[in-house]
Amino acid sequence: MSTTNTQQQLINAFSTVLPADAVLYNAEDLHPYECDGLSAFRQIPLMVVLPETVEQVQSIIKTCHQLQVPVIARGAGTGLSGGALPLSTGVLLSLAKFKQILDIDPLARTARVQPGVRNLAISEAVKSHGLYYAPDPSSQIACTIGGNVAENSGGVHCLKYGLTVHNILKLDIVTIDGELHSIGSDALDSPGYDLLALMTGSEGMLGVIVEVTVKLLPIPQQAKVIMASFDDVYKAGNAVASIISAGIIPAGLEMMDKLAIKAAEDFIHANYPLDAEAILLCELDGTEIEVNEMIPLAEKVLRDNGATETRLAKDDIERAKFWQGRKSAFPAVGRMSPDYYCMDGTIPKSELGNVLQQIADLSKEYNLPVANVFHAGDGNMHPLILYDANIEGELERTEEFGAKILEACVQAGGTITGEHGVGVEKIDSMCVQFKSAELSQFHAIKKAFDPDTLLNPGKAVPTLHRCAELGAMHVHDGKLPHPELPRF
Amino acid sequence: MTDQTQALQEQITAAYANKTACRIEGGNSKHFIGNPSAGEQVSTKNHTGIISYDASELVLTARSGTTLKEISAALAVNNQSLPFEPPAFSEHATIGGTIACNLSGPARAYSGAARDFVLGTRIINGKGEVLQFGGQVMKNVAGYDASRLMAGAYGTLGLLLEVSLKILPKAQTEITIKSQQSADAAINIINQLAGKYLPISASCYFDEHLYIRLNSSQQNCEAASQMICQQITAQPIESSAELWQQILEQQHVFFDTDQPVARISLPATSQHIAITGEQLIEWGGALRWLKTDQPIEQLRQTVQALGGHVSAYKNYPADTEYFQPLASGISILHKGLKNAFDPAGILNPGRLYKEL
Ligand SMILES: Cc1cc2nc3c(=O)[nH]c(=O)nc-3n(C[C@H](O)[C@H](O)[C@H](O)COP(=O)(O)OP(=O)(O)OC[C@H]3O[C@@H](n4cnc5c(N)ncnc54)[C@H](O)[C@@H]3O)c2cc1C
Repeated sequence: MSTTNTQQQLINAFSTVLPADAVLYNAEDLHPYECDGLSAFRQIPLMVVLPETVEQVQSIIKTCHQLQVPVIARGAGTGLSGGALPLSTGVLLSLAKFKQILDIDPLARTARVQPGVRNLAISEAVKSHGLYYAPDPSSQIACTIGGNVAENSGGVHCLKYGLTVHNILKLDIVTIDGELHSIGSDALDSPGYDLLALMTGSEGMLGVIVEVTVKLLPIPQQAKVIMASFDDVYKAGNAVASIISAGIIPAGLEMMDKLAIKAAEDFIHANYPLDAEAILLCELDGTEIEVNEMIPLAEKVLRDNGATETRLAKDDIERAKFWQGRKSAFPAVGRMSPDYYCMDGTIPKSELGNVLQQIADLSKEYNLPVANVFHAGDGNMHPLILYDANIEGELERTEEFGAKILEACVQAGGTITGEHGVGVEKIDSMCVQFKSAELSQFHAIKKAFDPDTLLNPGKAVPTLHRCAELGAMHVHDGKLPHPELPRF
Repeated sequence: MTDQTQALQEQITAAYANKTACRIEGGNSKHFIGNPSAGEQVSTKNHTGIISYDASELVLTARSGTTLKEISAALAVNNQSLPFEPPAFSEHATIGGTIACNLSGPARAYSGAARDFVLGTRIINGKGEVLQFGGQVMKNVAGYDASRLMAGAYGTLGLLLEVSLKILPKAQTEITIKSQQSADAAINIINQLAGKYLPISASCYFDEHLYIRLNSSQQNCEAASQMICQQITAQPIESSAELWQQILEQQHVFFDTDQPVARISLPATSQHIAITGEQLIEWGGALRWLKTDQPIEQLRQTVQALGGHVSAYKNYPADTEYFQPLASGISILHKGLKNAFDPAGILNPGRLYKEL
């Protein structure tokens, strides 16, 4: 069946359940959907649908299932791994109209929300109850809770308060047969397998999330942030480990290197020390008593580890300023260079200095600058490679550089992605991290939910064939070409 | 400290070839949880040892047969602990069995469940393949979260070889306060308090008294204790550690019974369930133990309507379905997953559900 034929059939079917303006298929209407936050990858979808009821979602998915057309869910499109990249033969299912907060239960400390609700909107809506939703990706003003669940997003406060998977209770999902399932519960556990965990971070490949019940936490009485400067990134890395060893779990523990400091300072004027090689932002929160007890302890540990200066934000305004610099680091770096490429490897904290050095060496080798800004407390690095896509071959070199960083992360005992997901971007790096039996197991999981591979096909888990072709893995005789690389 | 990976893998590979059922066993301390499962014994008891533990990483990796006792002792050296406070029920209890059953103790409602602290696993699936998922880092979204899926799967998806867990520092001080309350008032109080930023780490209600445990620095615990005592007429108790140990290990008199005990998991704020029989309420209202002779099917209906589920925890007739039956659509997904990991259906068949 030709694409135009399929498109017509879909239009006919959708027009019976959706208003005309919720079905887009003209080229100019499709353009805004051609990429997510990873703009290096672009593809115009076959069409875009914008349902607003769960029944409509079910009906759309049933139709696609019948016609064997791929379905790609999309939230706000802020994803950084091309997870919401369309297919020319697929329907892009936007959850943008699912914007309602359905219920807030202050006593139970939960909120039931639609998937298109923005992350920050939840915290804003429950603030008057003294509550908030803890995971706070830097994109929180824009990204949706559905996208957060699909990526298991993290943020600055995840070290102490957990990732998305730790902060949700229940999901309603629609599987590829159009069936609606409720997984998890309003209780603390449910019988059977932990489908809630399996769905979290599954990148839209197992089901479409149509409702989320999140856990809410009480807003700490007090939060204070210390900014510590270092003349050496190694020392900053060691300070991170020492803070944790001292029994302190900061609410956030973030690192920025010289280039990132400069970019943020030029952009936000947070009063960052421009002569430092690295800064750490260490936020401590809790009751007033706790915070007052921990601040001097943390300051001492930082100084003992060679901090050249520690500065305690004097009030909430200065504290917000310190954080604003950090949270705007990506766009700030974006101002320094026509393009940047954000990596997301995670490593044991003890390897921070070592891997940062490797990145610096690679940066010289590829002659591409790198700004480092990351969640140091949990070892989640975000090297930002600065490049110019208009220079021929530079994107390819950047991608190669990025892949080498990820290999270094795997070698250091870490992972290729801490929070941004695999998407299309890191699919080849999956061949480095996993053996073929593990990849096959992932495919088997996918099949249990989506036997015809129609939900977001081609993302997150590479085919064995692809890995074999890449030469990253020999599947013919079970022998690996790089036996020296540690794999688990 | 021994690595039995090869022997265990051979055992399961042979079982897969011969289609014989395997009954996976660690310290056998959790044998009473779940449906009985027949099959040839595959023991992780000798697959032991802490593989890595670095206090500043907050990560511990251990072979599945390592006892909780050994792990707790190693963590205690650095003043750290397993934040989900798992019950042991026996000194032979292993970390593998703990994770397979997703068992968490009194701290569950405040710190999280066993599954929340699983960072990575190494398993043998039902085809005898050794697979590694997740890792030893705090954040990892490469591939589906097959590690957490193992928590609470009761060994029906894979034999756990190793687990990597997130650990946390222990608090300096513990204070428990006690207040006389009706069940409904207690449920309301504990949920109200949980909405405030306080160092509450456990709660329990029985015999008309609410017990609240605080864990933090001395000064912080004392301030919180004073604040709560003023609000609800309560007093600190003497034997805090003993009380929670009894609750954790179910050595409390409540559990000393021949009557059927139902484990009821409910939305924390649900009203007290007015069914005759003694109740003990934990987890801020989200876990309720009930001694009852009421037929379990009837109880399951009542509880399901409230958004919860019931396990036939102990002293029920042998043929009772242990866990609350699944909705039909969810059951189909379960069968699909079981088939994905264990196509011959040889791993702990029936332990979780008869059809798995
Ligand atoms: C400046 C910037 C900063 C960022 N900072 C962080 C950060 O600190 N931490 C972090 O974790 N991420 C961060 N991100 C990445 C991104 O914001 C997150 O991954 C976010 O969760 C994506 O949400 P979204 O609504 O934009 O999802 P989209 O980009 O639309 O989609 C992401 C994936 O989820 C799937 N999906 C979306 N909605 C659904 C649904 N309802 N059901 C099923 N699948 C669905 C899509 O198919 C896709 O695979 C950042 C991005 C930017 C641009």
